[in-house]
Amino acid sequence: MAKLIINNLTKIYGNSPEKALELMDKGYTNSEIRQETKQVVGVREVSFSVNEGESFVIMGLSGSGKSTLIRCINLLIKPTRGEILIDNEDVTRVSSDRLMQLRRKKMSMIFQKFALLPNRRILDNVAYGLEVQNMSRIVRYEKAREAISMVGLQEWEDAYPHNLSGGMQQRVGIARALANDPDILLMDEPFSALDPLIRQDMQDDLLALQEKLHKTIIFITHDLDEALKIGDNIALMKDGVIVQSGVPEDILLSPASDYVARFVENINWTKALTASAVMVKPRVVIYPKDGPMTALRIMEKHGISSLFVVDRSTHLIGYVTAEDAYNAVENGIKHLDGIIQKDMPVSAPDIVLSDLLEVLANTKIPLAVVNEANELKGVLVRGSVIAGLAGARREAGE
Amino acid sequence: MNLELFFSITSYFTDGIPRIPLGRWTDQTIDFLQANFRESTQAISEILEIIIKGLQEGLISVPPLLVILIVALIAWKLANRKIAVFSLLGLLFIWNIGLWVVTMQTLAMVLAAVLMCILLGVPLGILIAKNETAYRIIAPILDFMQTLPAFVYLLPAIPFFGLGVVPAVITTLIFAMPPIIRLTYLGLTQVPEELLELGKSFGSTFFQMLIKIELPLARSTIMAGINQCIMLSLSMVVIAAMIGAKGLGGVVWTAIQTLNMGMGFEAGVAIVILAIILDRITSSLGKS
Repeated sequence: MAKLIINNLTKIYGNSPEKALELMDKGYTNSEIRQETKQVVGVREVSFSVNEGESFVIMGLSGSGKSTLIRCINLLIKPTRGEILIDNEDVTRVSSDRLMQLRRKKMSMIFQKFALLPNRRILDNVAYGLEVQNMSRIVRYEKAREAISMVGLQEWEDAYPHNLSGGMQQRVGIARALANDPDILLMDEPFSALDPLIRQDMQDDLLALQEKLHKTIIFITHDLDEALKIGDNIALMKDGVIVQSGVPEDILLSPASDYVARFVENINWTKALTASAVMVKPRVVIYPKDGPMTALRIMEKHGISSLFVVDRSTHLIGYVTAEDAYNAVENGIKHLDGIIQKDMPVSAPDIVLSDLLEVLANTKIPLAVVNEANELKGVLVRGSVIAGLAGARREAGE
Repeated sequence: MNLELFFSITSYFTDGIPRIPLGRWTDQTIDFLQANFRESTQAISEILEIIIKGLQEGLISVPPLLVILIVALIAWKLANRKIAVFSLLGLLFIWNIGLWVVTMQTLAMVLAAVLMCILLGVPLGILIAKNETAYRIIAPILDFMQTLPAFVYLLPAIPFFGLGVVPAVITTLIFAMPPIIRLTYLGLTQVPEELLELGKSFGSTFFQMLIKIELPLARSTIMAGINQCIMLSLSMVVIAAMIGAKGLGGVVWTAIQTLNMGMGFEAGVAIVILAIILDRITSSLGKS
């Protein structure tokens, strides 16, 4: 079910947008409109819809209109034309009282620079949204503590923002948004101000939270890796227009325009990088002599659903899945032999990633990287590929 | 008086060109205001007089030692121990040289003026931060208030408010209020955009924004304005002794008229001590 529908949303900056709208309808470009009318087109005829519980990522470079777009949704910026339907209610037409209600109950924003109030304790920062609803102190502190524990900052509720690191501050920002228990989270480049390692942790934590909470998330970023990781759907913006939208694989594998291609170009290190460059050491393997029970225990311990089987000199034999191992244990089978699957994609170390992306997208198990002697050298999982590419791009001096 | 200057400002022409009679207009305006508003200004004056005199009598009636201890305690709580010790010794010294009563008179006038400055200045600062038109009107008036020499409005205050503490406090108000208005404006306009967005996006009302976000963030800037206001008030109540405000300024004024340099210096030192105590206490308020 669509939670949020945006129809032909346009934002024009300037004091006489009517003329600009007229020119826009005649098909003038943004720069032509600016020359003719001195009005600046921020967002131009954008339409999309987001389902309940979906993470929708809007990606673009600075100046692409993504920040304007997210601010239109909670009317921090008043759109010039178009509809914003939240649960089929057009928020551009509601009274100011109703807008206040919507902001208090239905959507909360998370900011790039955290936007914590420096004079308030963490607890009071998180309780801010409840405080403005005139909730009693006891109730709002209870709810705020609950939200704080969701982001794992229980011990910090009496600290002040300046006592916290950037990552922790943004956790507070997330807790503050969650404390209101909104349906929609508006996240405006929430992790852009954090350094890369922390950023990855925060992304993982957000995914874990989302697994539990199923909020509808609108997530703004300029980082393709982040977009691929977070988004169920991704929209790419340029000059106020959505140039392509779809599931991450679509964007990665079939860029719709030069702009998208250039964006993805960074990722097109896929053509330069080989499997061996981004593979990770196989964390755990199992030997044929081990039983299914051992296999199950290893998988459970590491939270994985399949295991590679190798012999003593690391020659790859095949893999076992948790399901097969479980059935084997149930049926009292003591040896792995019967359940080892040998039909699986493998890669040589020197194959470039672009030739592997499709395999990676379709395989349910990690991709094994073996040398000519069939020795298991490493594995490729989607995360390690993306991380590897991100690392290569940074080294290239971007 | 310089005769040449006198003729040039009373004549109708300057070098054959008609002279704009700003001075005459001012006289006429003041006459008009006096004729029409004198009764209401005098009513205000009487009320203010009761308040200020009450404050003065109140401060004087408390045993000096108690006042000194209370001030030292406040300094200790709000600032630090060094300032507490300074306050203690400084006020004991003032008491010792026999200037206690006049110092308390001055302190009462400063407190009354500063209180009125805060009550008027902070809301005005909020107004001009929120309303562009109000800013355009009030900003030049503030320039006028700050740069117009005090003596120029000291005298016209007399017909409206009589002689004594009330015109002194009123002129102090004119002189000392602009920094509070300006720094309130500055503090509010410097609140980061993202925090304003935070307030709005969580559904705050106008007053919730003001009370929960803007004023707390502007606090140290507003406190700097109040600190400025106190310092300016102190210097002005001394000048206001010219129109009968008594206090430490009165002592300085008498010393000048009788060429009593020692007496003038003693009163001057008392003013400095009072200024330092008030400044240190209020400036540390802004920091914490």
